[in-house]
Amino acid sequence: MDTYSLLREFADSWALLGLVIFFLGTIVWAFRPGSTRVYRDTANIVFRNDDGPLVDEGGAGGAALSEDDK
Amino acid sequence: MWNYIKISGLGLIALLAAIAANYARDVPYMVHMIIVMLVAAGLFVWTVRRTDEPVGPAPTGYMDDVIRAGVIATAFWGVIGFLAGTFIAAQLAWPALNFEWAQGYANFGRLRPLHTSAVIFAFGGNALICTSFYIVQRTSAARLWGGNLAWFVFWGYQLFIVLAATGYLLGATQSKEYAEPEWYVDLWLTVVWVAYLLVFLGTLLKRKEPHIYVANWFFLSFIVTVAMLHIVNNLSVPVSIFGSRSVQLFAGVQDAMTQWWYGHNAVGFFLTAGFLGMMYYFVPKQAERPVFSYKLSIIHFWALIFLYIWAGPHHLHYTALPDWASTLGMVFSIILWMPSWGGMINGLMTLSGAWDKIRTDPIIRMMVVSIGFYGMSTFEGPMMSIRAVNSLSHYTDWTIGHVHSGALGWNGMITFGALYFLTPRLWNKSGLYSLSLVSWHFWLATIGIVLYAAAMWVTGIMEGLMWREVDAQGFLVNSFADTVAAKFPMYVVRMLGGVLFVAGGIIMCYNLWMTATRGPAKEQATPVMAPAE
Repeated sequence: MDTYSLLREFADSWALLGLVIFFLGTIVWAFRPGSTRVYRDTANIVFRNDDGPLVDEGGAGGAALSEDDK
Repeated sequence: MWNYIKISGLGLIALLAAIAANYARDVPYMVHMIIVMLVAAGLFVWTVRRTDEPVGPAPTGYMDDVIRAGVIATAFWGVIGFLAGTFIAAQLAWPALNFEWAQGYANFGRLRPLHTSAVIFAFGGNALICTSFYIVQRTSAARLWGGNLAWFVFWGYQLFIVLAATGYLLGATQSKEYAEPEWYVDLWLTVVWVAYLLVFLGTLLKRKEPHIYVANWFFLSFIVTVAMLHIVNNLSVPVSIFGSRSVQLFAGVQDAMTQWWYGHNAVGFFLTAGFLGMMYYFVPKQAERPVFSYKLSIIHFWALIFLYIWAGPHHLHYTALPDWASTLGMVFSIILWMPSWGGMINGLMTLSGAWDKIRTDPIIRMMVVSIGFYGMSTFEGPMMSIRAVNSLSHYTDWTIGHVHSGALGWNGMITFGALYFLTPRLWNKSGLYSLSLVSWHFWLATIGIVLYAAAMWVTGIMEGLMWREVDAQGFLVNSFADTVAAKFPMYVVRMLGGVLFVAGGIIMCYNLWMTATRGPAKEQATPVMAPAE
């Protein structure tokens, strides 16, 4: 089988299936249980750290979250 | 040590460029090599003067100086690009403006790619680079990675713009729309783009926020996809290493398909994904509320990524391209309606509960109009990709009208909003110099776009209908020159729309300049430079 036919057959079978599953998976992922609370925090990233970078001191991620309570 | 490597490298580049200029087979190549030689020699002297000087402590705050330079470059190239566009619009209305003394340099054919590249790559590209640097730092709570690499990206990109623009005027072009620069300019852009990717990824990797904010996803997809498109569409073999000519690797319909795979995804990832990154940061910031639905933004992102890449063949209806391919492109274009409008709704609804800001805040008004134009042009585009509609619209001014409602309305307005947002913050001012000048800019630009788009709808549909009109015997009724004559009034209106848009841009430059130099100072001395502990 020449390269074109081989790739063509792969593209409209397994590759297509894989891409569709991945895409549907992202939608399921976005609506996973508990996502609303996580995304509420993520959406508020834009309102933090306006003036300067966070400096490493203790837990990196924790510092980001605790600084938000204003 | 690093400086010694730089010095020897720059010296070598200057020498090689001088040799190349000497052996040049054509004028554009010679001019370009002289530019490269001068830039390398200048950097050589600059680096020598700074070598072995004491270096201060490494800066720790956000790296904002390169963003300030980016804001200036965006505003500057924007006005240049708008001016070029208005001038070529006048040339189409009054061909006498293709001056005899400037034949071969400043006629429509040479200036047109100058206009498109100036607005897309110089204005849009600089806007994307500087806003992405601003956003990735703030949403990662980390300084830009790579130190002066960000400056290399900025100046390297400006060099690319200068080489591309001078090349167009002197006739170095590989005749691929939006990918006109010749092989050595393409190679240079590849180097700059890889550096851009490294700076962006490096900053994301050392982020202090646990999550990557959605705007960065859009920017990252824009950087990665543009790299891929750029490399594949510019596969070519130079005729000589001392000349600007090159031969494309692909031929015929394969070349056409590659070109429009590139061309449409340049729209999809350069002018859409990247600018959506701006929308997802600046609209929530300016409205002072988080994005309407973060879940929707994730679905928006993945749907856009999965669908856009297939839409290119709709540029090649009724050509040698197989029917199945153009049908595929058409179907995917129509499916794109959904993510596009999902994104538009997400942007607009971010304002829910703050709709009064449209009345009181001209910057929000600009952003809202920009999202409105995004929705309108992403409705118009899929409609025009339907084969039956395309048989009327293709090769007519309708296409140009569509492009401009997207480029002026969506890309232009969101960029203006971003510049008005950034300037006071970057120059440490409490606000803009004048809000009423922003309103002036808003109305001039909006009326300009409406004039432009309306004129192009009328003339596009008119010429499409005139071209296909046949009499009872089946003969064509109109000659091509008939349609050109009929279009004259609309061409004048289109040029007037351009004049209004340029006027708005110049007002913006004045306002931004006055904000940076004489804007209201911030109340308390900001502790930006103060030690953290």
